[in-house]
Amino acid sequence: MDARIKLRNTKSILFKALIIFLAFVITLPLIVVLLYIIKMGVVQVNWSFLVHAPTPEGVAGGGIANALVGSLLMVGMSAIVAIPVGLLAGIYLSENPGTRLAYYTGLCVDILQGVPSIVVGIVIYFWIVKPFGFSAISGSIALAIMMLPIVVRSTEQTLLLLPDSLKEAALSLGVPYHRVIMKVIVPCGFAGILSGIILSIARIIGETAPLLFTALGNVYISTKVTGPMDSLPHLIYFYSKSPYQDQIDQAWGASFILLMFVLILNITTKLITRKWNIQL
Amino acid sequence: MEHTVVSASKFNAWFGDNHVVKDVSIKIEKNQCVAVMGPSGCGKTTFLRCINRMHELIPGATAKGSLKLYDDDVYNMNPIYVRYKIGMVFQRPNPFPNLSIYDNVIAGYKLNGLKMPKAELDRIVEKSLTSAALWNEVKDSLHKKGTFLSGGQQQRLCIARAIAMEPEVILFDEPTSALDPISTASVEQLFHELKENYTLIIVTHNMQQAARVSDKTAFFYVGELVEFDDTKQMFTAPKDTRTQNYITGRFS
Amino acid sequence: MSDKNKRLDLSYSQMKWETIFKRILIVMSVIMLLLVAGTLVTLIVKSMPTIKSLGIGYLWGKVWDPVNNVYGARPFLMGTLLTSFTAIIISTPFSYAVAIYLGEYNTKGWLSNLLKNTVELIAAVPSIIYGFWALFVLVPIVRSFEMKIGVTPYGVGAFSASLVLAVMIIPYAASLGTSLIRMVPSPLKEGAYALGATRFEVIRSVILPFTRSGLFAGILLSLGRALGETMAVTILIGNTSAIGNTFKDVFFGPGNTMASVIANEFSEADHDLYYSALIELGLVLFFVTVIINLIGKRIITKYTNK
Repeated sequence: MDARIKLRNTKSILFKALIIFLAFVITLPLIVVLLYIIKMGVVQVNWSFLVHAPTPEGVAGGGIANALVGSLLMVGMSAIVAIPVGLLAGIYLSENPGTRLAYYTGLCVDILQGVPSIVVGIVIYFWIVKPFGFSAISGSIALAIMMLPIVVRSTEQTLLLLPDSLKEAALSLGVPYHRVIMKVIVPCGFAGILSGIILSIARIIGETAPLLFTALGNVYISTKVTGPMDSLPHLIYFYSKSPYQDQIDQAWGASFILLMFVLILNITTKLITRKWNIQL
Repeated sequence: MEHTVVSASKFNAWFGDNHVVKDVSIKIEKNQCVAVMGPSGCGKTTFLRCINRMHELIPGATAKGSLKLYDDDVYNMNPIYVRYKIGMVFQRPNPFPNLSIYDNVIAGYKLNGLKMPKAELDRIVEKSLTSAALWNEVKDSLHKKGTFLSGGQQQRLCIARAIAMEPEVILFDEPTSALDPISTASVEQLFHELKENYTLIIVTHNMQQAARVSDKTAFFYVGELVEFDDTKQMFTAPKDTRTQNYITGRFS
Repeated sequence: MSDKNKRLDLSYSQMKWETIFKRILIVMSVIMLLLVAGTLVTLIVKSMPTIKSLGIGYLWGKVWDPVNNVYGARPFLMGTLLTSFTAIIISTPFSYAVAIYLGEYNTKGWLSNLLKNTVELIAAVPSIIYGFWALFVLVPIVRSFEMKIGVTPYGVGAFSASLVLAVMIIPYAASLGTSLIRMVPSPLKEGAYALGATRFEVIRSVILPFTRSGLFAGILLSLGRALGETMAVTILIGNTSAIGNTFKDVFFGPGNTMASVIANEFSEADHDLYYSALIELGLVLFFVTVIINLIGKRIITKYTNK
């Protein structure tokens, strides 16, 4: 009897050890990747790197300003489109659960979330690039489509958590519905909505595939949104195939910058949810 | 002066197919404090929420019949205007958590985008908070958010918020059921003072409260208005057996 | 009295705006529907040339030779399935381990939060960074490994791609699994403990069966992610559109997936049939990932409503 129990206990302990091992081992690849990127990339970053466009192939010097400006511009434009649409759709879903439109909209949001990013790129190619040419705008729209599901769902979930009494109090004061939503409900859900927005930005800032056939790339620093524009992920991809060492080096630097952006955005989100959730 | 502020005539309300308010007729006079009581599910809260047209905000909720504010049928009026004229205080205190105490009081103006001179707003805030017996307790923290207030204070803040709109009628939906006895007492004290300027209709689950604060009491039972009389009369010699049974505690 | 009229007028104009606002909300929701419908229609219409001329045989065709206008998608189907399933097989033990650890052994505290955040961070890193890093760090290692086991040391190929993919998809099954395991009702577990079960036995016979379909949904979501992953795979897969002869060739040699061939060749496509062949791949990807994701999500809602 004793021996059997001892065996079972040992099995249990071994299992726990195995689980702990597997669970923590998985952090190693991440740590290795992060350290590598930081090590190889941080040495590349200097003022010139950040503000200059690339020099012709083989010529030393130059920087990634074209991609940096491009990324910031395109992400900004995506946000301008995706935030209002996503916010309002999310409001509809949280205010009208159970309607047929809400069901199908939710379904479509889930579908959009799962669509491979390359497919989004193809579709935007046909909708916008074919008629109007390669442009940063087309890239932004592709990115906006990828932002939407995250913004919609986080808005919906944040607002569903707010108590009904809030809406009732405002309505009973003779406040019209749109003001109740925009001046009471949305401000009260601000933290959740904002963190959803930041998360969606963190997601698209690293996306390459939708930009391959839309914004293309551009070796010049450009702010012309109706023409091709480079972006950090695209530059990294492009340089990864390059035979020139200095371009590969610059790709490390760009990876570092991109990684920093993503980390900062994610940490900001965590701080927001921690701070405001305690208060609420 | 005897002037009928709220009157209902054969008024009915439904939740979908559920007939919750049946042929209610009542006349409520100005500056009275009317208690509405009855067992759970008797339709008293539903009827109350019809008066300021909050009932219809629930999907599937309908109403039929005559329900008037003075001489105007509330259901023919603009609902936003109705709610401006008829204020409501809810069971759980619900001040806006993202607004300061000051902004909470004038929320009815602020949220509607009504621009008023600061002096005027200051005056309204002080007057409303004073009428709600809250001024002295918060006058030094007007610009803080109201989260540090006790339950009773928050409820009085909600009352101040309703008063700030200078409504004709203030509806109370079980306003003290979520409060401790001391806060309850402070709110009940308010009713005596408020009725000088407003007409109060208070739905309450608490018979003793109805007896304490109201001039007249309405007894609802299974959707019908069974009896409506002076409070003293109702509690000493009710006319209907059902009222009698309720008061003596046969059911609650 | 004019104040009253002003207020009344305001109420009427406010009512108008209420209706406008409600309509805008509806329009925004309809936009979601239109996006999905539009995507589907565009993909179908643009794949028509290939669907019409090659039919269903296209998907099984072995040869991909755009120069001679011969199209067959089998290399890519195989590449996609191979990389995705290998990634799932590799990652599942780790995702489950994280889920069991965070869901059962250590649900609160600084270490638990640290692991949780780290795993979430894995998902936050853009795939291009994983791909780029792997190209210059992992591939040389794989190359020497391949030399050791006697395979042509390409370095790039399904093997490298699967490894990186495996790491990338861990967070999806892990975080879902964690939530599900935490939802196992205590009475169930306590009953087993009261009968003298060890922790391992409780996990094995109570927690895992209880969360079985949910954990499966987590695998589905990870699969959906793996199938659609483009950039990391494109960089690492070697971009060869022929099928090798032996499994070793296929697994350790360069290949292509549906996503990577689109990424590589879409901009070079110069005639309709070439385009539509690629787009049809996109259509297949769309259907497959959508169906997998919806099934996964449906299983999950069943769980959260239980």
